[in-house]
Amino acid sequence: MLQQQLSSQSSPEANLASLSNEFLTFKLGSEEYGIEILKVQEIRSYETPTTIANAPSFIKGVVNLRGTIVPIIDMRIKFNLGQASYDQFTVVIILNVAGRVVGMVVDSVSDVITLGGEQIRPAPNFSSTFDTQYITGLGTVDERMLILIDIEKLIAGADMALVEQAKH
Amino acid sequence: MQSILAIDDSSSMRQMVTFTLKSAGYTVVEAADGQEGLEKARNQTVNLVLTDQNMPRMDGISLVKHLRQLPQYKTVPILILTTESSDAMKMQGKAAGATGWLVKPFDPAKLVEVVRKVIDRPM
Amino acid sequence: MSDNSHQGASPAASDGVDLSQFFQVFFEEAGENLSGMETMLLALDIDNPVEEDLHAIFRCAHSIKGGAATFGFQDIAELTHELETLLDKLRKHELKPTREMIDLMLTAGDALKAQLARHGGSGEGNVVDTTELVEELRMLAAGNMGDAKPKAQVRALDIVIGPLTNPATADNLFELFKEIPDMGIIVARDDGKADAGNKRHFHVETTWKDDELLDLFSFHVAKECIAIQPAASIAAKNDDAGFGLFDDDAPAATPQGQLTPQAEVAVAAQKAEANKPEARAQAAQSESATLRVNVEKVDQLINLVGELVITQAMLSQQGRALDPVHHQTMLTGLSGLERSTRSLQDAVMSIRMIPMAVVFNRFPRMLRDLAAKLGKQVELKTSGEATELDKGLIEKITDPLTHLIRNSVDHGIEMPDKRIESNKPAAGTIFLSASHQGGSIVIDVRDDGAGLNRERILAKARQQGIEVSDSMTDQEVWQLIWAPGFSTAEKVTDVSGRGVGMDVVKKNIAALGGTVELDSAEGHGTRVSVRLPLTLAIMDGMSVAVNGEIFIIPLASVVESLQVREGMLRTVVGQGRVVEVRSEYLPVVSLHDVLNASHTRADDSTPLLVIVESEGAKTALMVDELVGQHQVVVKNLETNYRKVAGVSGATIMGDGRVALILDVMHVVGTANSRMSNSPANSLKH
Repeated sequence: MLQQQLSSQSSPEANLASLSNEFLTFKLGSEEYGIEILKVQEIRSYETPTTIANAPSFIKGVVNLRGTIVPIIDMRIKFNLGQASYDQFTVVIILNVAGRVVGMVVDSVSDVITLGGEQIRPAPNFSSTFDTQYITGLGTVDERMLILIDIEKLIAGADMALVEQAKH
Repeated sequence: MQSILAIDDSSSMRQMVTFTLKSAGYTVVEAADGQEGLEKARNQTVNLVLTDQNMPRMDGISLVKHLRQLPQYKTVPILILTTESSDAMKMQGKAAGATGWLVKPFDPAKLVEVVRKVIDRPM
Repeated sequence: MSDNSHQGASPAASDGVDLSQFFQVFFEEAGENLSGMETMLLALDIDNPVEEDLHAIFRCAHSIKGGAATFGFQDIAELTHELETLLDKLRKHELKPTREMIDLMLTAGDALKAQLARHGGSGEGNVVDTTELVEELRMLAAGNMGDAKPKAQVRALDIVIGPLTNPATADNLFELFKEIPDMGIIVARDDGKADAGNKRHFHVETTWKDDELLDLFSFHVAKECIAIQPAASIAAKNDDAGFGLFDDDAPAATPQGQLTPQAEVAVAAQKAEANKPEARAQAAQSESATLRVNVEKVDQLINLVGELVITQAMLSQQGRALDPVHHQTMLTGLSGLERSTRSLQDAVMSIRMIPMAVVFNRFPRMLRDLAAKLGKQVELKTSGEATELDKGLIEKITDPLTHLIRNSVDHGIEMPDKRIESNKPAAGTIFLSASHQGGSIVIDVRDDGAGLNRERILAKARQQGIEVSDSMTDQEVWQLIWAPGFSTAEKVTDVSGRGVGMDVVKKNIAALGGTVELDSAEGHGTRVSVRLPLTLAIMDGMSVAVNGEIFIIPLASVVESLQVREGMLRTVVGQGRVVEVRSEYLPVVSLHDVLNASHTRADDSTPLLVIVESEGAKTALMVDELVGQHQVVVKNLETNYRKVAGVSGATIMGDGRVALILDVMHVVGTANSRMSNSPANSLKH
């Protein structure tokens, strides 16, 4: 069924090559986003990381995750989405992408939903927030609109400054 | 189940011999040189001893002589595994009290055949 | 020779036993035997070979041959057979060792290594053609070398001695064979007992002529009593193609097994080696005292222990908050746990520790070949071979060290005639040493060669556009060597000197968390010192507080710490602050600045200075508080993040929080370059 959907999509952004169609949804500011559940390792509450000198402001620092040092990035700061506040409801999604374990601070986590091919539409070609290369589509469930992100591409991308780029 | 003491300083040889003889239904005790072989022989009386000749610490011939000094090993068959079947080697082996010899290299089938022949032989 | 990498390994399944399951063990074992053989061959004193060494070398070849033949690697078996033949003659003193033999055997060892690699690996590489080698080995083995007896055929003889009034006198013959080299073999055929006619029977294999034997034996027994005749071959009665039993043989019946000294076979000194220093022989053969374990298993064990250490530290921390009166048992338990954990940690870390000898051992061979190629004479002296280093570091330190040694031979040590001109011995010496110093291991490569040429280096630097000045100190000039592409070699040999070396060496060592220093005296020699942290995973650290955040300074880099008093700090124009410590002026670095700590400093009045050292330069770090000193488990920051300047890693403290470990080299380097770039700088380190 997914294959048919793929062939009928003309937009290159609607790349649903991954057959996973389960998404973890979360909120950043006033918008809701979805990422493939397979990339999510776990969800934790926020704890103050150890700061790293000279790191960009959206990289809060590193924390200890059962013995592994994991960097924590705050998407709200990086993409200027709403207030970056930290309280008992602040959540960190621990991702396993690009061979790394990385934590991402979000305002809240909603749920895990399954999206059928017909519920996903290609994203418009401009976005004020994300570089559209990272958006794989828009999902609709009831009244909600979810911005689906290729989280792996985003985290590994140059502007995240997390991964040393090849030219080094 | 009958037990065999296999002594050779080469680990790959020991592994091959152990595996082959175990597959043939014997229990195998290993040692890496004559000294260790003697100790293990003392701890447990086996039904047959297979020993290499060239080993550090104590060579095969010396081991055979020491074994024959132990009352429990007066009649246990002992075979020397040797790469040479020269008269001198045979004489030395015999003088030391070995039961016989087996020339290296041998294949697993040969080993089992010889062991079966010797292990139950009335001495 | 076929070009199938597993050629000859056809009987891999025999009687249902798949021999290929043993191949890997054989390859590893053969590899060890080859390297043991090489080491012993290189160390062999040709004029006075140690008895036991000859036997040990023989056993190496013998063992490889046995395995190769058994597992079907005919090419290896064939070459090893020739080696074994030659070695057998050497150990029996039928031949004297010559340099030519050693060289040929070393070459054969190389060929065997290549053959093993072909069989054991992916079958890549050309088929190793050993026809010439085999031929040469045969020739040497058959040859007539030195002053060994002219090679006559070994004859097998049956000797009957008697009748004797005292048959025991014939036992003296054993002594003769023992004491006189290259007599051959003598075996009693009669278990030390005279026969009915009071005669003794012996079997002898020797190259000596009959009358020579008679002359010799007559020292002990009357000539008329000696009867020598060619031996009757042991009847091929039971010659079941390689198998036989003794008891069908005349004259002796079932052996009595009397272990008297005379019955001992007088083959050239194959005595029990219980008293001999076992070090070298063991290195080649020892199985019983060691266990082969997969490296991954060890690494997993180390990781688990690392986790355990963290958890234990957390528990201990929690324990400190408990009221000792009410939690006596718990606290005792925790302290017991701490002790056990620490011991476990030490024990586990030591599993991966391997003596430097493993690295050092490859150099004699390399040096020998290299020196020969360059026409130089070089000796290698080593010390501290027993110093242990983590296996991972050992593997990575080998290349840089190799390069340093090649450099010494190529550029350091002069040609023999030039050395003699300078009143030096014709043979140069390279001293390789390893030792523990504090939390590090220090490896020195020192040569007594020509040393670094200051002028040439300065000239070359100018040529490369590097800014230099004649007033630079020697130390500063030597540092220029580390620049990429730098080489003052007069001609580029294929050995070294393309200038790609030194900066790569430095980078490789830095990647291991280590440092490297250079020192030289023109005309006298050069010394390169490599300092590596003792283990990568666990380190002694000093924790300091900077604005409420904890940082770890590697204890090995800490020289001292002191409280700053009024007036100790000075400011240099355009430079920043310095502090005078025992008439030395050191740059002062505030860790706040380096680490860009979030908030501003609260109170500047009585800061603490921690003086650290790196590569000969010192810096004073200003911190708020000294928190403590403890062992930390080093965690890699780059696993999930990236390299951060000034930070060499991270650790997890007792409270579960992350603390960053300071990269002292970076901090000191930055601080000092800042200083020396200043035109107003008149301070020395």
